[in-house]
Amino acid sequence: MLKYHFDWGTVLSGRYLDWLLSGVVVTLEISALSLALAMFLGVLVAMLRLGPLGFLRRLAQAYLEFFRNTPLLVQIFFWYFGSYKILPQALNDWLATTNFEFAAGVVALGIYTSAFIAEDIRSGVRAIPKEQMEAARSAGFGYLGAMRHVILPQAVRITIPPLVNQFLNLTKNSSLAMTIGVAELTYQARQVESYSFKGLEAFSAAALAYLLISLFIAGAVNLYTRWVLRPAAGR
Amino acid sequence: MIEFHDVHKWFGKLHVLAGVNLRVEPGQVVVVCGPSGSGKSTLIRTVNQLERIDQGRLVVDGQDLASPGLDLNRLRAEVGFVFQQFNLYPHLTALENITLAPIKVRRAPKVQARQEALDLLERVGLADKAGRYPAQLSGGQQQRVAIARALAMRPKIMLFDEPTSALDPEMIGEVLAVMGDLASSGMTMMVVTHEMGFARHLSHRVVFIDQGQILEDAPPEEFFANPRHPRTQQFLRQVLSPLH
Repeated sequence: MLKYHFDWGTVLSGRYLDWLLSGVVVTLEISALSLALAMFLGVLVAMLRLGPLGFLRRLAQAYLEFFRNTPLLVQIFFWYFGSYKILPQALNDWLATTNFEFAAGVVALGIYTSAFIAEDIRSGVRAIPKEQMEAARSAGFGYLGAMRHVILPQAVRITIPPLVNQFLNLTKNSSLAMTIGVAELTYQARQVESYSFKGLEAFSAAALAYLLISLFIAGAVNLYTRWVLRPAAGR
Repeated sequence: MIEFHDVHKWFGKLHVLAGVNLRVEPGQVVVVCGPSGSGKSTLIRTVNQLERIDQGRLVVDGQDLASPGLDLNRLRAEVGFVFQQFNLYPHLTALENITLAPIKVRRAPKVQARQEALDLLERVGLADKAGRYPAQLSGGQQQRVAIARALAMRPKIMLFDEPTSALDPEMIGEVLAVMGDLASSGMTMMVVTHEMGFARHLSHRVVFIDQGQILEDAPPEEFFANPRHPRTQQFLRQVLSPLH
């Protein structure tokens, strides 16, 4: 029989609870900002990969291969410990006045995830029949206009399931930002453990919080797909 | 309105258009027919440059398509194209399918584009289907929306690439009726079709094409009564009475 007596009262009250909650907030913040960056870059890189210019296609390919095939932790350290040496002085001065570890975390997570998102979007675009592009071009749309108004809205719909995976991975990967001092959920759970020696409770609570966040994301996207994008189901 | 001067096109080694000469005058309805693989679809697709030509000269609405300053998107906006498979945008309603290009390409005010789209839907007999998605419409209804979508750009020329070939027989009539109205309204039209009734009663000229060459080009009375080329005679026998 289990001899351990769980002591939830210590971890889930007072300052320990405050720490954990503030960790949840930071996790949500870093995830949301990274996600926005990852989607923006992902769509851009996918467009370059599909576009007519060979030079940009190869550049996008190199981007994908590099960021998909190196460890996220290495990338986080690169941005946090390495990037200031190659950035312009003015930018560094400004970054020093901000929450630099948070910014580095957002950049690392966003760029890393964008490589996966770009591949998902590219395969979604390729699944749209070429006649859709022909119909749009016939109506006078240029390549980019046709992409934006006709192809991408359809591609995004079929890309949603793999994108949800990327969103969930991103949220969970954000825990790695603790290694550069971002006070997100895992960092705070670690801190609670250090002060209270209640490691089992602290990390159980953190795991539960991640689980709830993930379920919430999956549920929200599911509702969005069902109610906002519903008509595409009839395709 | 449309002029082909010795137009050639190859798909690899296949010579799909082998020296086509053809003029379509403003307001004319020209039906293009021919056996499958004859190059008729390719021919009509060159007019709005869904296919490029390899040799010869093609002039549409006074513009040489080979001229360097050509604004292809602008030209395409002036030329409506109706596909065999409709190709409506599945993520948009019938109304949104029609208003998309007027709003985004022509920069028409939304209220005006919407009103014009509703008028067009009325004209093709689908006023009650504005909010439906393509998947909720029958083939004939989808094709009529596709025609309305092309008309919303107020084109000078309408191209139809086998517009009834993908339809069940009982839906062909409703699409032909819309095309007939359009023909009577003075629209310049090029229509690839096997609907000989449409060719006979609603076109000004019928063109027969085989192996990338125009073999016959005549007013419908003459085309059906006295086809000159043996290939045309054979084709007409097969199309008009397939059991013999």
